Amino acid sequence: MEPSLASYLALSGILFTIGAVGVIFKRNALGMFMCIELMLNAVNLTFVAFSRYYADVTGQLFVFMVMSVAAAEAAVGLGIIIAFFRNRQSIDVDDASILKN
Amino acid sequence: MVGSALFFVFAGLAIACAVSMVYHRNPLYSAISLVGVFISLSCIYVTLAAPFIAAVQILIYAGAIMVLVVFVIMLLNLDDDKPLNRLRYLYAVGGGLGLILLVQTFFIFYAVMRAPQQAVNGAETVGKTMNIGRGMYTEYLLPVEIVGVLLLMAIIGGVVLARRLAQPQLELVVDQELDERGLEEEKGDYRVAI
Repeated sequence: MEPSLASYLALSGILFTIGAVGVIFKRNALGMFMCIELMLNAVNLTFVAFSRYYADVTGQLFVFMVMSVAAAEAAVGLGIIIAFFRNRQSIDVDDASILKN
Repeated sequence: MVGSALFFVFAGLAIACAVSMVYHRNPLYSAISLVGVFISLSCIYVTLAAPFIAAVQILIYAGAIMVLVVFVIMLLNLDDDKPLNRLRYLYAVGGGLGLILLVQTFFIFYAVMRAPQQAVNGAETVGKTMNIGRGMYTEYLLPVEIVGVLLLMAIIGGVVLARRLAQPQLELVVDQELDERGLEEEKGDYRVAI
């Protein structure tokens, strides 16, 4: 007997919520970045589960696209983090307040 | 029965690793926990008859992206994340928002529970690499090309962002000019002007 579709969706929802709460709680940019990766993975799990239960390959192809976007995001996001660290000697998002005044 | 047991083992592992990732203040511990989440999810993909996605998950996420993140953590030599000293109520607000989000997600999933409870026949072969490749290069060719362009843009953007800007060469040129004219004492004035 296999677990039902609902179990996979529940796991995905829990992981997504943990990622979203992590983005709120984390203070450093790298931590927030990793929480965003976790949310992307939760959505990927939904796609694969639906793809399995509807016998449609589209979901798995879209997972592939999401992974490509995550890789692009990693390259650009980490570049931004390094540039920010070079200017401020910190990656605390509270220090990124140059537009505030 | 075995599939169900495997699912619950890896689901528990994924949730535990995710909580550990949010809990730890040391970025390196968070990164290792996130690798744990990726590997558990990869095992769940195998139970969902998606071996190609499982392999790509390990290769891209645990192999490429997390290596990049760990590399940046090592490069920047970060301290632990400081606890939130001001705005402590933000923890309560964040927890409340998370709870609302969880309830919303479950409500949406409950609303779409008209989905089939058992897998459609023939679903075993959907995740085979051949089927994915066929879909990728026939029906979904345009999105794949767009992703290629996106990756190219990301490469260029990453290089532009991460490179150290060259120092302006103007000062040097002016110095050379003054040296040639033998005006050593005026260098300081020109520097101020620049």
